[in-house]
Amino acid sequence: MAVVTLTINDELVSAQEGQTLLSVLREHGIQLPTLCHLDGLSERGGCRLCLVEIAGNNKLQPACVTPAVEGLVVRTHSDRLVKYRKMILELLFSERNHVCAVCVMNGNCELQWEAAKVGMDHVRYDYLNPSLPVDASHERFTLDHNRCILCTRCVRVCDEIEGAHVWDLMGRGANSMMIADLNRPWGESQSCTSCGKCVQVCPTGALAQRGSSVAEMEKQHDFLRWILDGREKNVWEYTDAKSN
Amino acid sequence: MPNRIEPIHPEPTLPGAKVVISNAPKVRLATVWLGGCSGCHMSFLDLDEKLLDLAELADLVYSPIADIKEFPHNVDVALVEGAICNNDHLELARQVRERSKIVVSFGDCAVTGNVPSLRNALGLDDVLTNVYHEGPGKAPHGSADHVMPQLLPKVLPLHQVVQVDVFLPGCPPSPERIWAAVSSLIVGDAVILEPAMRTFG
Amino acid sequence: MNRADLAAMAQREQDRQDAFRCRVLCCASTPCLSSGGTAVREAIEKAIKDGDLDADVQVVSTGCMGPCSRGPVVTLKMRGAEDVVYEQVTPEAATRIIQEHVAKNEPVKEFVFPNDAPFFAKQHKVVLANSGQIDPESLEDYVARGGYTALAHVLREMKPDEVCESITRSGLRGRGGAGYPTGIKWDLVRKSQSDKKYVVANGDEGDPGAYMDRSLMESDPHRILEGMAIAGYAVGAEQGFIYVRGEYPVAAKRLERAIRAAERRGLLGSRMVDSQFNFRIDIRIGAGAFVCGEETALMASIMGKRGQPVPRPPYPSQSGLWGKPTLINNVETFGSIAPIILNKAEWFAAIGTDKSKGTKIFALAGDVNTTGLIEVPMGITLREIVYDIGGGIPDDRAFKAVQTGGPSGGCIPAQYLDTPVDYESLRALGSIVGSGGLIIMDERSCMVDVAKFFLDFCADESCGKCAPCRVGTVQIYKLLDKITRGAATLADLETLRELCVMVQETSLCGLGQNAPNPVVSTLRYFYDEYEAHIRKHKCAAGVCALNEKPMSPAVVAPPRPKRKVARLDELEAV
Repeated sequence: MAVVTLTINDELVSAQEGQTLLSVLREHGIQLPTLCHLDGLSERGGCRLCLVEIAGNNKLQPACVTPAVEGLVVRTHSDRLVKYRKMILELLFSERNHVCAVCVMNGNCELQWEAAKVGMDHVRYDYLNPSLPVDASHERFTLDHNRCILCTRCVRVCDEIEGAHVWDLMGRGANSMMIADLNRPWGESQSCTSCGKCVQVCPTGALAQRGSSVAEMEKQHDFLRWILDGREKNVWEYTDAKSN
Repeated sequence: MPNRIEPIHPEPTLPGAKVVISNAPKVRLATVWLGGCSGCHMSFLDLDEKLLDLAELADLVYSPIADIKEFPHNVDVALVEGAICNNDHLELARQVRERSKIVVSFGDCAVTGNVPSLRNALGLDDVLTNVYHEGPGKAPHGSADHVMPQLLPKVLPLHQVVQVDVFLPGCPPSPERIWAAVSSLIVGDAVILEPAMRTFG
Repeated sequence: MNRADLAAMAQREQDRQDAFRCRVLCCASTPCLSSGGTAVREAIEKAIKDGDLDADVQVVSTGCMGPCSRGPVVTLKMRGAEDVVYEQVTPEAATRIIQEHVAKNEPVKEFVFPNDAPFFAKQHKVVLANSGQIDPESLEDYVARGGYTALAHVLREMKPDEVCESITRSGLRGRGGAGYPTGIKWDLVRKSQSDKKYVVANGDEGDPGAYMDRSLMESDPHRILEGMAIAGYAVGAEQGFIYVRGEYPVAAKRLERAIRAAERRGLLGSRMVDSQFNFRIDIRIGAGAFVCGEETALMASIMGKRGQPVPRPPYPSQSGLWGKPTLINNVETFGSIAPIILNKAEWFAAIGTDKSKGTKIFALAGDVNTTGLIEVPMGITLREIVYDIGGGIPDDRAFKAVQTGGPSGGCIPAQYLDTPVDYESLRALGSIVGSGGLIIMDERSCMVDVAKFFLDFCADESCGKCAPCRVGTVQIYKLLDKITRGAATLADLETLRELCVMVQETSLCGLGQNAPNPVVSTLRYFYDEYEAHIRKHKCAAGVCALNEKPMSPAVVAPPRPKRKVARLDELEAV
């Protein structure tokens, strides 16, 4: 593949043509918050945290779906972008009942950590406090809608890696909900293989191991890279490198 | 680099410095306990020997751990633990704001509403009925209802009812976090917390 | 069927129509039917039967005639006389029209809507030329008025690049709202290399108060099919889809019948109009999601997926339906094609302004005397639309603002009434032409409340894929609601403004990017109204309840000495 040269934050950077901007940035140690992106899954471009400024384009572009092309001039941390990332996280925290203190993922949660990293230390908007159910019908896992940020990693991993497509979305807007099969209790789903991939990729405490208590849940998604390398390159070596 | 901010009192500048100063007035520090579990105050007490350093620099002019009835005037720094759950909280929060130069949202309940705000999704009447007027040991509705402070329809974080200057998240904030914030505040420095020191939860 | 057959069919139908001494055209579009059009038609048929006029008089159900608030509308075409339009026709009036006007040639004056009224005189009908004039379910009627001759001409006489070039020269721009030059878009798809390409007509009209597309689909379905077929030929596609929203069953039914009729006659399908060109059109019915009007969401829906947008680029012209190059235009854009081909690009380019050519259909709604469907040359002023065509504000109340472009647009206040209506001028005022909804508001409207209405709509219609739109629209709505309840502070107003800009700049698709527009434009022109709600607890229009107080009344810190303790979020920027 051809090598292209881009300018990122005033520095010249080389990249493979066709690589996403996000992977170029990560290779060069530039940290952008992401929630819907996960290495190994298709891109969604929905959380809008990895938006960057591209010279000559009056619209902000999500780095996760923007291909690296020759001559791109990119800015990743302008005042405006830093402010917007913080505001988007405020919106996410205001949307559902994210009470970190009593969450199974406390201390390991990507949402919690991204907020701390961008300095989002309080939410200026009214909390919406929706009344949402917890689905504890599955024998091994639980789904707590209160913690869900609708990133659809679970949908994609189940569809693209496991091939079961148990999960999808119901409703729209702020009323969107994750559903198993055609809105059945998870435990009654006939397509679920109980593989637990969805649980491992979920960035928050929405999907968890049944029986976990506060802060007990830890997740690992490097298995994704392992499976993909195995399938695509027939290399089945498990490296403990942190993915994402 | 963040600008250094002019200290309230010129010296001592280093937190924890064992400098005994006789004539410099001490910082008037208050801690307030609203709708929370007092865990933040427990964590505050866990400052342990740092409390002695603090005592050199600050006077505790109001606190649940000091027997002072009314929130005093001219407070320099007020740490407010807890969410705004009822009318009394609202009134006290406003008083704290009026009488304090720097108001700190101290811990997750004050910052986000946290556990007390779990009731927001359920509806006030349902919660009251469920907890007090149904099931074993239920209490009848009665005159005592009016003695208790009236609950607000929704539990609110502190900054939704008064202006807040500094946010110190954590449930509870660890003593290290508290010291990082308080030691800066009492010498008039800006509060700068590392990402790991400002997580919720 | 070839060109000679087409001409013969047109002649036959014309002769058949000319054989009647009088033709009674009854509007059978949704607004007239909902105001009693069916009973009127029955009364007309009964009166004709009673008067023994069957052989002389033909009754035709047509599409929309325009003045919808004055329905049911009936047009009388007497041989050798000018058309007479009757408004607000009751069954009794209908009987009298037949008995007096048709039988004795004495017009029933009190129901006549004068032809020289500005409502008609100021309009310029190009796309709507057949609306209200033909039976939308009759292919012959369309052909008699020159239908499909443009398609036949293109297939015989023009090369695909010439068609694209001709459309480019006409200056036609997308009528769905964004105003992208149509010819350039066609050329992009034409130049894309692919074994398969698609043409899509966007009939998923969802703006509150707008019904241009529905009316066009219901009144003149063949015009859209013809435009799509010409597009198919120009870009090299053999398959087209019309995406009709589920709330428009009549439009879908008429389009379906039109497709069947055109296929039967060899005007669509394989080797159409005796050429080597094949083009099929299928209908896809939406399920009523506003976001499906956005092109990438619409295509997802056509492919049977959840109607959610995907980030662009790639644009549909590179990778659209099933990854193939896809041309997607609004149905009104396709409706403009046949006249451009027939009358030449220069004719079309002569209508309108320098940068916005041709005519545009608007749905005039709200506080004006005559609401309805109008087609006007680009560049007409808002004043002409409101005061001449619309007949002014009822009871001589004061005009306050006009919302253009629906929930994605903005409001334009009275001082800009003389602005010409074209893409650039409206954008300069912070609004858009949009798909063509015009909602007129008088002094009884509170602009905060109006913004709240549109945000309620957008929050409800947000698909939920991207966080800024999904939660941002809800939070904007809540802030507006707080203002109308009297619970807001001036700080909330700042939060609102900042949030609006963020949602505009960070949302994934046009829905979110434009959802804050009604707030931004009302803040721009009616800031004092917002301020009055907050500072004085006053709603000038008397709409808002304002029965609450702010939670955090101006309780502020005692003045601090010079030092300052920065907040964490301020430090973050350092």
